[in-house]
Amino acid sequence: MPTYRPGPVSLIAATLVALFLLMPLLAVVPVSFTPTRMLAMPSGELSLRHYRALIEDPRWIDSILLSIRIGIVSSAFSTLLALSFSLGVWMFQPRFTALLIGFVLLPMVVPPVVSAITIYFLLTSLSGVIPWFGYDTWLGVAMAHSIMTVPFATVLILVALSQVDRRIDLAARGLGASVWDRATKVIMPNIKFGIATAALLSFVLSWEEIGVTLFITSVNAITLPRLMWMGLRDNIDPSIAAISVILILLTVCILFTRRVVGQNPKG
Amino acid sequence: MTRHLSNRTGAALTIAPLLLFLAVAYAWPFLGVVKWSFTLPEPGFGQYRTLVADPLVQSVFLRTMRICIAVTLASVIGAYAIAVVWVRGTPTQRMLAEFCILVPFWISVLTRAFGWVALLSNRGLINTWLQSAGIISEPLALVRNELGVIIGMTHFLIPFAVFPLASAMRSLDDRVLLAARGLGASRTRTFWTVFVPMTASGIIGSALIVFVFALGFFVTPAILGGGRSVMVAELVYLRIFQSPDWGLGAAISVVLVLFVGLLMALLFRYVRPKQLV
Repeated sequence: MPTYRPGPVSLIAATLVALFLLMPLLAVVPVSFTPTRMLAMPSGELSLRHYRALIEDPRWIDSILLSIRIGIVSSAFSTLLALSFSLGVWMFQPRFTALLIGFVLLPMVVPPVVSAITIYFLLTSLSGVIPWFGYDTWLGVAMAHSIMTVPFATVLILVALSQVDRRIDLAARGLGASVWDRATKVIMPNIKFGIATAALLSFVLSWEEIGVTLFITSVNAITLPRLMWMGLRDNIDPSIAAISVILILLTVCILFTRRVVGQNPKG
Repeated sequence: MTRHLSNRTGAALTIAPLLLFLAVAYAWPFLGVVKWSFTLPEPGFGQYRTLVADPLVQSVFLRTMRICIAVTLASVIGAYAIAVVWVRGTPTQRMLAEFCILVPFWISVLTRAFGWVALLSNRGLINTWLQSAGIISEPLALVRNELGVIIGMTHFLIPFAVFPLASAMRSLDDRVLLAARGLGASRTRTFWTVFVPMTASGIIGSALIVFVFALGFFVTPAILGGGRSVMVAELVYLRIFQSPDWGLGAAISVVLVLFVGLLMALLFRYVRPKQLV
């Protein structure tokens, strides 16, 4: 059957948009090799000094390790909560399901700055009661990130569940499986890929979260985006170009791996 | 009866943790913010009166609307162009389009804003090239103004605008397009009188999503606006951290939530939620 393909005008327009989308990502590459201390195009010689600064300056390493720790904890927490919620909604189909899901999606829909001021209120209130869990602590940041990522994790798991054939669950139930066995031995194996994607997305969202983090950290819990923000605001430090190049390469690698894994029929 | 009971307990045990977590850690503190807007610095509607009367706040709101409208138009048009190829192109074209949409989508907003600074600033790539080519003598002011903010936000939001458009385009029946062509309509006419109207729900959905996202946007305007083109979200940040006036920051947040709620209600009225995914 013939299909309707885009014509030359569409292709030109799309190419322009594609160039626009890739341009800023490509622009950071030459800047990261500049030999000067300031943001500029390298003229003549190239230098790796900004990459060396990343390794030698403990602030970068510390913030990367902190971001990884916060990402793992908040992703595990939000994936677990989202999984439990989605399984409950799918298996028991409670009344007002749409309303419950709508409530869970709020942090995704509400403008990030409003979530930020809301969580700022929460953490400053907590600081008075449990200082190690409040404002400017890594646990506080991890909890904040969980709030922000849990809607995305829930959506992904619910989408995965919507592909599951209810009859296999009915069969398990008819054969006398308990709720726990149905969830862990029948349903969850069928949404493995969805759960893994939810965990990965939660980690990535936490890893690059800045809007809320900016409101709830000051000197102690400096995540990688927070450190980049400081470098971008004061005077623009080309080390940011170096870390950006590394992050872009990392993203391309992850996307590529995911594509390969995703195409595997067993995945 | 026992089964019914166990179902109820099961439902409660699985569903409740997340609901409780969000109620305590999100809904309750939001009420706290609402309280701030009515009590700081003194009880009453003072902050809301400031919102309506203060010329600075008004100019920020006007600028936000102006930027959001420009960004929405630019993002939806750009997203439409690339979505057409992503959905209807040959397999190679599709793969390339997907790459160009997904790579920026997954890259941090800071990296992307920084890329634009590297391109657009006075000593950035574009000005350096134009100057060395002798086309301009003074660097063009491309950043630290509204233009820079619009460019950066459009770049951030195009991938978000693509998804609803692509889903509307996928659900469109090929045979309609072939019929239009078979009846003698030109490529251009088929596109404008058949293809575009039939994806209208996607266009509305994507425009509303972009607009809502753009309203609460904070990082890109703060970096590319250079403190000169302050938008509503940045104003909240400044009111909390730089000139502490928590009440005003809270009041702006409340207004923002109400406005976004209104837009979302419109969205669900005109577009079925399923069409957005």
